[in-house]
Amino acid sequence: MKTIIINYGAGNIQSIKFALQRLGVEAILSNKAAEIKCADNIIFPGVGEASSAMRMLKENGLDTIIPTLQQPVLGICLGMQLMCNASEEGNTQGLGIFDTEVVRFSQHVKVPQIGWNTIKNVKGTLFDGIRENEYMYLVHSFYAKKCSEMIAETEYDIPYASALQKNNFYGVQFHPEKSSKAGSKLLENFLKL
Amino acid sequence: MLTKRIIPCLDIKNGRTVKGVNFVNLRDAGNPVELAKIYANQGADELVFLDISATEERRKTLQKLVLDVAAQVDIPFTVGGGIASIADVDRLLQAGADKVSINSAAVNRPELINELSSKFGNQCIVVAIDAKQVEGEWLVHLVGGKVPTKIKLFDWAKEVEKRGAGEILFTSMDNDGTKDGFANEALKKLSKIVNIPIIASGGAGNITHFKDAFIKGNADAALAASIFHFKEIGIPELKMSLKQQGINVRI
Repeated sequence: MKTIIINYGAGNIQSIKFALQRLGVEAILSNKAAEIKCADNIIFPGVGEASSAMRMLKENGLDTIIPTLQQPVLGICLGMQLMCNASEEGNTQGLGIFDTEVVRFSQHVKVPQIGWNTIKNVKGTLFDGIRENEYMYLVHSFYAKKCSEMIAETEYDIPYASALQKNNFYGVQFHPEKSSKAGSKLLENFLKL
Repeated sequence: MLTKRIIPCLDIKNGRTVKGVNFVNLRDAGNPVELAKIYANQGADELVFLDISATEERRKTLQKLVLDVAAQVDIPFTVGGGIASIADVDRLLQAGADKVSINSAAVNRPELINELSSKFGNQCIVVAIDAKQVEGEWLVHLVGGKVPTKIKLFDWAKEVEKRGAGEILFTSMDNDGTKDGFANEALKKLSKIVNIPIIASGGAGNITHFKDAFIKGNADAALAASIFHFKEIGIPELKMSLKQQGINVRI
């Protein structure tokens, strides 16, 4: 099995690589379209600011490639947000895979949200063996609004989409690579898709 | 609902834990990775590694440690101690640290906070503030509380938020080491004047102290070192007790 982590300059890639290693998978880091297209499954990470991350995707020509991928793709954190239609952060046009918008938490709560929160109404094989109300680790200031593609929701300020799925595309707002055993289980489920 | 976090802090010198630890099932008590794994398995929500070594080799040793921790531990961790430049932060994040904490370097040159948060995102920039009361006024101190400054704690907290800190790690030097509880009034005020998470540090001695930091002090997380290292309080019993007292924690 060939697992690729898209390496476009935005994100804590090392942690994802290590989390996969703990599952016995040696992932390859790549920013090359041809190589990414041939992978069995693809992880699309992202940490930082949306518009600069999108710029880096474009510089690598990946903004047009990612939406055409046929294999299972898992966007993590900012990766997931970039797969949505648009983000309020830096007024960023997204990849348009998930039909929802990314907006900032209100001033009623501390921003960023940092820490462990629960996931509810979990759906589908990505969450096999993961209990309802499981804790996942999140660090973010912007969130995806609830939509029909939501496969898990979390509440902070308001309920929002903490996981999304459309066909072969998956996205999680939380960091499975940092979410202890439950996060590891989710990554294992993804690799089996 | 977002849970309150419990964070053990490990002091590191030349890649080894400094304060003695008292874990019977630990093969090598000075090995920070072994200790980190135990805390993660016990339910710690995060870890902080504070590097206090002062050797030429420190950068390399710390980077190696971060790689080892990231490879073996599946919860988030922060690295602090002597971090003063974009290059320092880049190396540590590349090695797998989730967050870095900066302290003196931010006081000496506050623009560093702006530079780091715009380059790496504010979510990974923790500003550590050590303060103690001098004639009734909370003043920021440097070098582990030894060197006073004229900077007022609450002004500085607002400034670091404005400059892009994602979180504040507040250590009360008046409470640190006393085991008399956290500085709850100052914590409460911090939570009121800034809108980023506050980690309470200094003074943990018993379970009630943690409860007070969360309820009276409104802290988002509480950090402690020796009470965990010397097994005075176990993380599972601490979290269970907090939960029974109505505090939302991850169990």
